[in-house]
Amino acid sequence: MTTTIDTTIHTLREEIASCETRLAELRTQLAAAEARSQTESRNEQKARKWPLEKDDYKRYGRQLILPEIGLQGQLRLKKASVLIVGVGGLGCPAAAYLAGAGVGTIGFVDGDTVDESNLHRQILHTTPKVGMSKVDSAIDYCKSLNPTLTYTPHRTPLTPQTALPTFTPYDLVLDCTDNPATRYLISDTCVLLCKPLVSASALRTDGQLMLLNHPSRPAGSVPARDSDSPPGGPCYRCVFPRPPPAASVVSCGEGGILGPVVGVMGVLQALEAIKLIAGGRRDRRYEPSLLLFSATADAPFRSVRLAARRPGCAACSARATVTRDALAGGSLDYVRFCGAVEPVRALGPGERVGAREYYAEEPDPDPDHVLVDVRDKVQFELCSLAGSINIPYSEIAATALPPRRRIYVVCRLGNDSQLAARRMKELGLGAGGKRWIGDIRGGLSAWREVDGEFPDYG
Amino acid sequence: MAEKTKTNKEDFIPLTVEFSGGLEMLFSNQKKHDVSIPARDESGNSSNIAFLVRYLCDNLMKDPKKEFFIQDNTVRPGILVLINDADWQLEGEDEYEVKKGDNILFVSTLHGG
Ligand SMILES: [Zn+2]
Repeated sequence: MTTTIDTTIHTLREEIASCETRLAELRTQLAAAEARSQTESRNEQKARKWPLEKDDYKRYGRQLILPEIGLQGQLRLKKASVLIVGVGGLGCPAAAYLAGAGVGTIGFVDGDTVDESNLHRQILHTTPKVGMSKVDSAIDYCKSLNPTLTYTPHRTPLTPQTALPTFTPYDLVLDCTDNPATRYLISDTCVLLCKPLVSASALRTDGQLMLLNHPSRPAGSVPARDSDSPPGGPCYRCVFPRPPPAASVVSCGEGGILGPVVGVMGVLQALEAIKLIAGGRRDRRYEPSLLLFSATADAPFRSVRLAARRPGCAACSARATVTRDALAGGSLDYVRFCGAVEPVRALGPGERVGAREYYAEEPDPDPDHVLVDVRDKVQFELCSLAGSINIPYSEIAATALPPRRRIYVVCRLGNDSQLAARRMKELGLGAGGKRWIGDIRGGLSAWREVDGEFPDYG
Repeated sequence: MAEKTKTNKEDFIPLTVEFSGGLEMLFSNQKKHDVSIPARDESGNSSNIAFLVRYLCDNLMKDPKKEFFIQDNTVRPGILVLINDADWQLEGEDEYEVKKGDNILFVSTLHGG
């Protein structure tokens, strides 16, 4: 009996020992397998290709998490190319935000160099860059902001001959220029190449913004009756079929411009571009509108409805006369179309004196003559000649002149002064020739020949 | 008599006229003007935008540079006319007959950048 039980116990002990050995072996194998599995899955993750670069997730993270952008929007921005025509008060802020947002390729067109008078609003250009090409200055800034993008320089001004080849590689164009002739040229080129155009402008404390040629359809195209695709959007010529009279066009140099006003408009251009690209659907129905911004108004933003494409439009209708051949062949003369301001020749040689002549011949103070400055009050307060009195051009008729034998008129450049002198004569202030009325040739700008320290605000 | 007073009152249409983009400088540097214009034009037709433009030029505009607002009897090129915030092309251009309380906005295009 005892022997049988002893045997059983022994056998069981051996079996347990064997099982434990086996168990230990299995545990080792399992641990090894688990370790291998983890490494493999880690390797697998390393090899996995993410759609954006590793650094892009961080760089664009704050906009990536917006439903308006998201991964797809960011990929569209990365693939997109945008051309900025004019790297000034509008182009600078627009470029900064497009580069910041990650628009894959940004092109810059401008033939100008940086001037000191640009710096209060053209935020990519800095004091040490005065004299540098605006295009190079902007690319320099954008590269340091976002080195991962492609920047293409076009360092010459846009002309009818260069417009088509310059625009062709881009998806979208921003009109950031400052004169009517170039605005018509840009719009025509966008229509010919079926590219949407974000157009903005600014002067003094006002700005305007339009999204044109969107959706971008060929000239004269009419959507099929059964399709629900919308018709093409109006172009610049649809809104302004004829250019304004050249004399009514006021530049920022003449009228002035507040930096943040033009900045707001440039930022809005970048915003329109980002919305259009990231949204992906270039075909969406769009109600054409014009956004008016007025910094001094109680409600600074106002949007007004524009009409659809103009049936007889010279650029985008079935009767278009603006064609690729006409453009490339140079038969469209935009400068002539918009006209030029004729030089003012209102006075004869005997009615005009040079700055040095006036300085040499007219003692100051002098009971025999008076110097009338016809610039507006703001400019007069900025700087004026000793002894001069201010009668703004529009107030000549209503203001009595001091009783002197000779009246000299001066203005900023010597144009308004001629018109003012002529107006005084028409009003009979010349007393039938007894009193001499004339102007200072070249205005205060010429006065710097006499006094190099006289301020130049131009 | 009551009838007559009523008719007199209806001889004029009160409107809001606004100028933007620098045009306000031609109109005493004031962007918004409340005006009342005759309900009928020189020929006795209902007053339309064409008449309003002539009326403003003759009565509201103090600046002598008329050609900066009007050319060939209509607003000069480069001025958009907005009738209650819509391009006048959508409303019949200068033939649109003005109504009491209309807002007519004249915008000069800007070119600076
Ligand atoms: Zn058009």
